[in-house]
Amino acid sequence: MTDSIVKIEGLTKRYGAVPAVEGVDLEIARGELFALLGGSGCGKTTLLRAIAGLETPDAGRILIDGQDMTGVPAHRRPVNMMFQSYALFPHMDVTANVGYGLRREGRPRPEVARRVAEVLALVRLEGLGARKPAQLSGGQRQRVALARALVKRPKLLLLDEPLAALDRKLREGTRFELVRLQEQLGLTFVVVTHDQEEAMSMATRLAVMNAGRIVQTGTPHDLYERPASRFVADFIGVANILELTAGRWLALRPEKIRLAAERPGDTTHAVAGRIVDIAYEGDRSLYRVATEGRGTMLVSTTNVARTRDGAFRRDQQVWLGWSDEQGQPLDE
Amino acid sequence: MNRPMRAVIAAPYAWLGAFFLLPFVLVLVLAFGTNDPDAAPPVALGFSLENFARLFTDKLYVAAWLSSIRIAGVSTLGCLLLGYPMAYAIARATPARRPVLLMLVMLPFWTSFLIRVYAWMGLLAENGILNQFLRWSGLSAHPGTILGTEWAIHLGIVYAYLPFMVLPLYVMLEKLDASLLEAAADLGAKPFAAFLTVTLPLSVPGIVAGCLMVFIPAVGEFVIPDLLGGTRTLMIGKVLWDEFFTNSDWPLASAVAICLLVLLVGPIALFQRQQAKSLERVE
Repeated sequence: MTDSIVKIEGLTKRYGAVPAVEGVDLEIARGELFALLGGSGCGKTTLLRAIAGLETPDAGRILIDGQDMTGVPAHRRPVNMMFQSYALFPHMDVTANVGYGLRREGRPRPEVARRVAEVLALVRLEGLGARKPAQLSGGQRQRVALARALVKRPKLLLLDEPLAALDRKLREGTRFELVRLQEQLGLTFVVVTHDQEEAMSMATRLAVMNAGRIVQTGTPHDLYERPASRFVADFIGVANILELTAGRWLALRPEKIRLAAERPGDTTHAVAGRIVDIAYEGDRSLYRVATEGRGTMLVSTTNVARTRDGAFRRDQQVWLGWSDEQGQPLDE
Repeated sequence: MNRPMRAVIAAPYAWLGAFFLLPFVLVLVLAFGTNDPDAAPPVALGFSLENFARLFTDKLYVAAWLSSIRIAGVSTLGCLLLGYPMAYAIARATPARRPVLLMLVMLPFWTSFLIRVYAWMGLLAENGILNQFLRWSGLSAHPGTILGTEWAIHLGIVYAYLPFMVLPLYVMLEKLDASLLEAAADLGAKPFAAFLTVTLPLSVPGIVAGCLMVFIPAVGEFVIPDLLGGTRTLMIGKVLWDEFFTNSDWPLASAVAICLLVLLVGPIALFQRQQAKSLERVE
């Protein structure tokens, strides 16, 4: 990568003897919206905090914009972070919270006022400048935290679970809002999340982490269609893992399997089975099918046709068909 | 409400009535009387404001009031300057160590207050341990004597009331969200700037509580100025004692007591308002 804003080499951080992050190498390009995805305790937040300078690595180094950040304290790094808890200063109003970083730089008052007003307009919080954090709703607090992290126009904005504290409806709107801001401002975002749907829909690239290591890096499309391991196949979306030979598997997404009442003739594999469960989700239906020889498999269909009761019913005998190139062979 | 329940509530009120309200009324009645040295007790009841007038016109009393407030104020400041770093260090210590450190702050309470003040006399006297050490070590051949000066009173009050400063400050600093300081650092605040803009303002309720808990009892303090301050220092608690026991002027002593109470109601009300406000903030 020629134009990388972050370069991480062999980063390791242990708590006592327990490694939180182990031997992580990562490069993030300028202008990316990069997501660090993983379950709780996988090390994603520790990695983010190490970039911000809030954790001291035990080994390895971090370069930001080509500068080695080893030994550079958090307050001198060209990055800003949006905390999961938002960490708004409770004794300051919105204007003072957002202007905090500019005042620390010793910017003149008129400039601080102008830039705070600009960024508040950007996150659509005009008119709320005099409120204290306790007088704001959860969604408003989230935007204050975002404005406070954005106001210094950092080379790199780190977001720790930025949507986790919002309710579902608000979360979807805010997700698009974040993407809009990132493109509009041309900044680099690194987002930590445990929500694979969030990571897939927002990120230009993402890294999946497990037990302190990055297990795969790629575009959302790469990770979904070409997972490198059973872990990734299972973690991102839903996959049927079929054993090919000893130590080799095929990861097969539910929507890649043909579901039919008669044996399909144009697929390389076909198994018979019985529908044991149907999850109707409106736009699509998810079927659990007990097959002969392949265990229980998941199949999904898009409900294109408008039918009265759905195309299939529970306990119906069906056929499942797929071809090898529809799935991803795995060695681990 | 059933009967045993009522008794449980009534008992402390009865106690307060018998041992606080009744004596207070007694003192109030005495304060409006006049001194009658031939009577027993030496009081002529009546309604005279003479005692109160004397308290605010006689230079001796005005000086005693002012020096009490000054000594209590300086000692409170001393407690704050010493107590804040202590409370900060305890709150920043590992959770396993905190109980031990807090225990050390509380440890002096295991010995009687009076005995601890006597111990300071032994330390600060002309031939006390401090001066013996200074002579023995050769640091000073003719050290002055601290005992009997205002310095001794300051030392005594700071020593005796320090835990009352440390504990409310500790409570405030301990619950301070560490991510706020991380956010300040992330936004470019150097550690000391982060302290001034985040830690200090958020610990103001603890500072106010600690200062009032030291200042209020220190103004009326009697034992420490009497034992460590000698005859030269004037504090209102000592004046009260002298009027009562040396001059046998019960009405004047009562008037001093009433004024002291009224003077301290202001800070106590402030303290309670602060408590209510910090409770609100938590909710």
